[in-house]
Amino acid sequence: MSTLSYAAKDSATMLRRNLRHALRYPSMTVSVVGMPIIMLLLFVDVFGGAMSSSLAGASNNATTYIDAAYINAGYINYVVPGILVMTVGSGSMPTAVAVCTDMTEGIVARFRTMAISRASILTGHVVGSMIQTMVSVGLVVGVSLLMGFRPTADPVRWIVAITVLALLALALTWLAVALGLVTKTPEAASNVVLPLFLLPFISSAFVPLATMPRGVRWFAQYQPFTPIIDTLRGLLMGAPIGKSAVIAVAWCVCIALAGYLWARTVFNRGPAH
Amino acid sequence: MTLFSSPALTAAGLRKAFGPLVVLDDIDLEVPAGTVFSLLGPNGAGKTTTVQILSTLIPADAGQVYVAGHDLRREPDLIRAAIGVTGQFSAVDNLLTGQENLILMADLHHLDRRVGRRRAAELLDQFDLVDAAKKTVATYSGGMRRRLDLAMTLVGDPGIIFLDEPTTGLDPRSRRSMWQIIRDLVAGGVTIFLTTQHLEEADKVADRIAVLDQGKLVAEGTADQLKALIPGAHVRLQFADASGLESAARTLGAVSRHDDGLVLQVPNDGSVRSLKALLDRLADDSIEVDGLSVHTPDLDDVFLAVTGHSRNEEVRIG
Ligand SMILES: Nc1ncnc2c1ncn2[C@@H]1O[C@H](COP(=O)(O)OP(=O)(O)OP(=O)(O)O)[C@@H](O)[C@H]1O
Ligand SMILES: [Mg+2]
Repeated sequence: MSTLSYAAKDSATMLRRNLRHALRYPSMTVSVVGMPIIMLLLFVDVFGGAMSSSLAGASNNATTYIDAAYINAGYINYVVPGILVMTVGSGSMPTAVAVCTDMTEGIVARFRTMAISRASILTGHVVGSMIQTMVSVGLVVGVSLLMGFRPTADPVRWIVAITVLALLALALTWLAVALGLVTKTPEAASNVVLPLFLLPFISSAFVPLATMPRGVRWFAQYQPFTPIIDTLRGLLMGAPIGKSAVIAVAWCVCIALAGYLWARTVFNRGPAH
Repeated sequence: MTLFSSPALTAAGLRKAFGPLVVLDDIDLEVPAGTVFSLLGPNGAGKTTTVQILSTLIPADAGQVYVAGHDLRREPDLIRAAIGVTGQFSAVDNLLTGQENLILMADLHHLDRRVGRRRAAELLDQFDLVDAAKKTVATYSGGMRRRLDLAMTLVGDPGIIFLDEPTTGLDPRSRRSMWQIIRDLVAGGVTIFLTTQHLEEADKVADRIAVLDQGKLVAEGTADQLKALIPGAHVRLQFADASGLESAARTLGAVSRHDDGLVLQVPNDGSVRSLKALLDRLADDSIEVDGLSVHTPDLDDVFLAVTGHSRNEEVRIG
């Protein structure tokens, strides 16, 4: 068998191992789906009324592109794209924790003394996390449809939207792998990825930028999650996308590349002590 | 061991420092194929560091190392294919069951699915883990975990096995069975590189022993050669007062005496016959002996002699 097919075989073995962990200890995985769903319930059912009236007010303002029609169709249609991005963000938590746990336990030292494809150790984590995250995204989409989310996207736009989410998942997973490698304890790992879950709060996820105070708006405008959310909102709800798509893809590619290179460097440096 | 077989492992001029701390300072090793080599040393001597370097886990700062005929620096992957490592700290997957751990190893050795399962079942049986096979390793006792760890190392039938303190934390029965496993492996042609703090262990299983202390090999040889470095068997006689010591020394002739502790050290093989002869001579001269202990040399004495401190003493580091 060729080196490449051995590498694929080893990666599949590592993937099976990681998925088995996730299935056996599902609490972390469940919380990945649970948090966004709680956010969805909270923002739609609890704050929803207040949010839509303030959005309607904002949409009368000339500086915003929010289409009053779809805001009136329900705040849920505004907020779901942001919630989906949050789902991907919270998926980085179990990844970082799993990678960090792996590194602090002896099993990876064993792997390093075996004639296996080294890359498979990280690849197994990345692919496993991507699968978990995308399953979570699917569940959150299902719940939001039940709650009254009515996207306007045709199948092609859906596929593009899912691709964007997968690209984001790839980027955040590699970043989480790198963060899991550099942190010393699983607790530290779970703390250090928290911003990936919190950043969407200061983005266009819940309210349009136009409604924000100046300084916050500036931050929200230039942070990566806003263009990604705007792109998804455009794809799913038909809002204008503009330059957001290009910026979103650029951010994802940059983060994925940086995370990958960082993770690879740290991992190849050898066992942490 | 055939006369002309090439060594399983050689190291020349091995050096390793962690920052200012020199852990290995110009170490030379040679392990003939099919033998047990034991690296002996106190805490912090550098045993684990040596194993980690030889097993390709961490790089050396300098030195030429060949394992299974391959250059450590240029062909680490060929070495990895030939070795198995059971490190000092458990290297099992705590979230999987014992059986799943073994099958994971079989998969990573690219064994056929059926062959892998059979090998896992054999090892579970051999290491007395059949009842625990389906339990997650997190519920295992220390000894079970240690056995699983070694079983995982054996999945790929490695020709050279590194065991870093394999019996630390095992009860006497498990320790004995570990020694038996080591002997069986060697009988099957495997080469073993073993580290230990237990001198008795090195004595029991190793063909050759090297003593590592503060970055240097301070002694090397067979257990018997090492024992020859130190005084032979003797009896220590303890006296109640200086006059007893004095008259016994006169009666027994040339013996080594420690006036401070009122102790005489008399060469004696410790057999009942020679002990009786010794005591009779003292009784004939009505010399009162307060206490007596027989001392047969073991590697503890070697250790004390070659490292200049007992193995239980804290070693100063850095
Ligand atoms: N990664 C590291 N960074 C810094 N110092 C290290 C590192 N690894 C080991 N050391 C130091 O090197 C020395 C030798 O350590 P090593 O683990 O090889 O000893 P050992 O003989 O295995 O001891 P023990 O019997 O306690 O297992 C110790 O002083 C240790 O603190
Ligand atoms: Mg050690």
